[in-house]
Amino acid sequence: MGIVRTDSITYEYIRRDEEGNVEGITTAVDRVSLDVEEGEFIAILGHNGSGKSTLAKHINAILHPTEGAVWVDGMDTSREEDLWDIRQTAGMVFQNPDNQIIGQVVEEDVGFGPENMGVPTREIWERVEESLKAVGMYEYRRHSPNKLSGGQKQRVSIAGVLAMHPKCIVLDEPTAMLDPRGRKEVIRAVRGLNQVEGITVILITHYMEEIIHADRVFVMDQGRIAMEGTPREIFSQVEKLKDLRLDVPQVTLLAYELQKRGVALPDGILTTEEFADALSRAAGGNTEGHGQGGRPSGKQ
Amino acid sequence: MSIIFDHVDYVYGGDTPLEVKALDDICLQIPDGQFVGIIGHTGSGKSTLVQHMNGLLKATSGHIYFNGEDIYDRDFPMKKLRSRVGLVFQYPEYQLFEVDVLSDVCFGPKNLGLDRKEAELKAFDALRKVGLPMELYYQSPFELSGGQKRRVAIAGVLAMEPEVLILDEPTAGLDPKGRDEILSQIRQLQRDTGITILLVSHSMEDVAEYVERIIVMNNGRVLYDDVPKKVFARYKDLEEIGLAAPQVTYILHELQRRGFPVDVSATTIEEAAETIRKAAAKC
Amino acid sequence: MLRDITLGQYYQTESLIHRLDPRVKLGGTLLYIISLFFFRNFWGYGVALVFLAMVVRLSHVPVKFMVKGMKSILFLLLITVVFNLFLIPGTELVSFWRLTITVEGLRTAVTMALRLTFLIIGSSVMTLTTTPNNLTDGMEKMMKPLKVFHVPVHEVAMIMSIALRFIPILMEETDKIMKAQIARGADFDSGSLIRRARALVPLLVPLFISAFRRANDLAMAMEARCYRGGEGRTKMKPLVYQKRDRMAYLCIAVYLAVSITAGRL
Repeated sequence: MGIVRTDSITYEYIRRDEEGNVEGITTAVDRVSLDVEEGEFIAILGHNGSGKSTLAKHINAILHPTEGAVWVDGMDTSREEDLWDIRQTAGMVFQNPDNQIIGQVVEEDVGFGPENMGVPTREIWERVEESLKAVGMYEYRRHSPNKLSGGQKQRVSIAGVLAMHPKCIVLDEPTAMLDPRGRKEVIRAVRGLNQVEGITVILITHYMEEIIHADRVFVMDQGRIAMEGTPREIFSQVEKLKDLRLDVPQVTLLAYELQKRGVALPDGILTTEEFADALSRAAGGNTEGHGQGGRPSGKQ
Repeated sequence: MSIIFDHVDYVYGGDTPLEVKALDDICLQIPDGQFVGIIGHTGSGKSTLVQHMNGLLKATSGHIYFNGEDIYDRDFPMKKLRSRVGLVFQYPEYQLFEVDVLSDVCFGPKNLGLDRKEAELKAFDALRKVGLPMELYYQSPFELSGGQKRRVAIAGVLAMEPEVLILDEPTAGLDPKGRDEILSQIRQLQRDTGITILLVSHSMEDVAEYVERIIVMNNGRVLYDDVPKKVFARYKDLEEIGLAAPQVTYILHELQRRGFPVDVSATTIEEAAETIRKAAAKC
Repeated sequence: MLRDITLGQYYQTESLIHRLDPRVKLGGTLLYIISLFFFRNFWGYGVALVFLAMVVRLSHVPVKFMVKGMKSILFLLLITVVFNLFLIPGTELVSFWRLTITVEGLRTAVTMALRLTFLIIGSSVMTLTTTPNNLTDGMEKMMKPLKVFHVPVHEVAMIMSIALRFIPILMEETDKIMKAQIARGADFDSGSLIRRARALVPLLVPLFISAFRRANDLAMAMEARCYRGGEGRTKMKPLVYQKRDRMAYLCIAVYLAVSITAGRL
């Protein structure tokens, strides 16, 4: 069994008007089944209100499904006695960096999780040090979080979860409030966790360029999983993504536009390099004069 | 009619070791009816710059002229300036406070001294301009979606009928569709009314399609001030200060490097697709 | 304006005072403040001044920073001085119009001003050199005996620590909302008192909503990090008295003895 498994979960909540009368029932998550293997990098995409954040909160046992069940490392999240083990196994990073930092000093914040878990003092220090180093924030350990940039604050939040030694980290739109520079910093740190530390990552986002490195991508819409596959498989369906209110990276979109104009390019191009290679091949196929590797001689 | 910055400096935390020069010798002219993008990363001074335009911050030195009048003259009507230069802050939905959408939008016009009736007329007009569905006008603003709240907040400034509308990161935190909707609504507004619009953003890609002029801020200075094509041509320098040109620019330069005769100045997907198609056909 | 308040802020630097156990600083500050009320003459204040100056110097916090903190209570200080100066009956010193300054009045005014100033600077030194977390840790440990009476000591300490963490964030937010409403033509500083109070609604409503949203987010984040109250919690920085702390207690004792003796000569 995988590290995180959801078995056809549904989450409903009751809407009430000002007097408290029931107005209706909203289904935020609708029969979602996921199975995440240990060490995977999973991305969950979706527009605002697609149910992706609600789904994420189930993995950390902040929310419990109305129907179905969630297992984290073999533990059923509905079992009260496993609650703290579950939260320790699947850590969570939230969207707003200001609203999840508890400590007044970076290192004290990172130590907050281990303190709660009852880790001995000496080991807390070791964990804090290694976690801050893993996200590249060690030299800021004595700083006040208020003086850090958004990207740095989010990296501190990640270190705070990392210090709890989780097997899996769920990041709920960690970059939504950051500028491009901060976004890059955070994504780099997240990839590091996955590749260097071998931690399972579940990244929730609506920025397409952040999911290129994921092993598998789930696209959510109206509480359901609308698409599933590798980034390349997902990006090759430009029209469908647009219907789901999502962006496509400009390079993919450009390739798609050229396809429509009759240029023979493959589906699901993800990077500038790939694009240039594919175009060289396409152009080289039409005419003679260009080598196999798609590297045209720089004349003309 | 225009806004002119004449050697404007803004320093805060003066005479402490933490002194910061947030604006450094800014000279700018924003003529009437222009659609301008102000780009820079966090801390580059772009928000500080726009807060000078309606007098929320006062320059440490230098002059700012609005329609030829020095806004720091003693008898200059500062309150009136604020209604003529409308400023929509980042995450403006956090400033909503009234019981329903319409009353909230009325706040601005009422502060200008209009009576309830006139204020409501302006509010209706503004809400229509931002494309908010009519059935939401009497709902609590707190029950709307993120994108809708933001429209209400923009309408709140628009209802004061400013001649210049400044939007500080109007798309922050919105999803792609929400972002495109807001930006095209702003473009429509500019086309319909001809007001001057300044769009503050940290994303080149977002504004490239919409604006006719880009001002790049870095370390409190104006680094570039030109049409988008010319600014993006400096993509390597932009990268050094933590900004990026649209991905299209990178693709075109890569193709040029590999010998394709493409026009590297294209900024939109459409333009790029055209030039690449032509280049590929020529090969 | 609000930013000038240094009380409750932490000043990051390395110093002996920073390294002291928060219990020493808490207890020391308390004893120092109490000592101020024992003096009957200015010798005592002299000793208190010398002691304070020494501590400030040892703390490596710039004096300018402390004085800046005083600005916020200048008004309070002024009122105290004026009231005491003119309203205390006694031997007349000078008199003009209907106002009389008496020897006793002058004396009380100066005493009050000194006490207030020392009190503020004294407690500023404590907060400036102790991280709020450290401070609340100290309080928690000092108040531990109260647990017998079912006082939720850990919870109170946590509440204080969180409040301190969010003060700068909410101040910045206040500033932002205020500017945003001014940009919509709001006027916060003119008109009658009632008008001004009403003008605060567009500021306070968004501020409260935002504070509640933050509280909600924070609660979720804390639970996600396994926070479940003080039970079974370990400390990253447990409080253990060092040699320097014992020395500091000794210094405080010496100060108390000297200052009170001098103050009661």
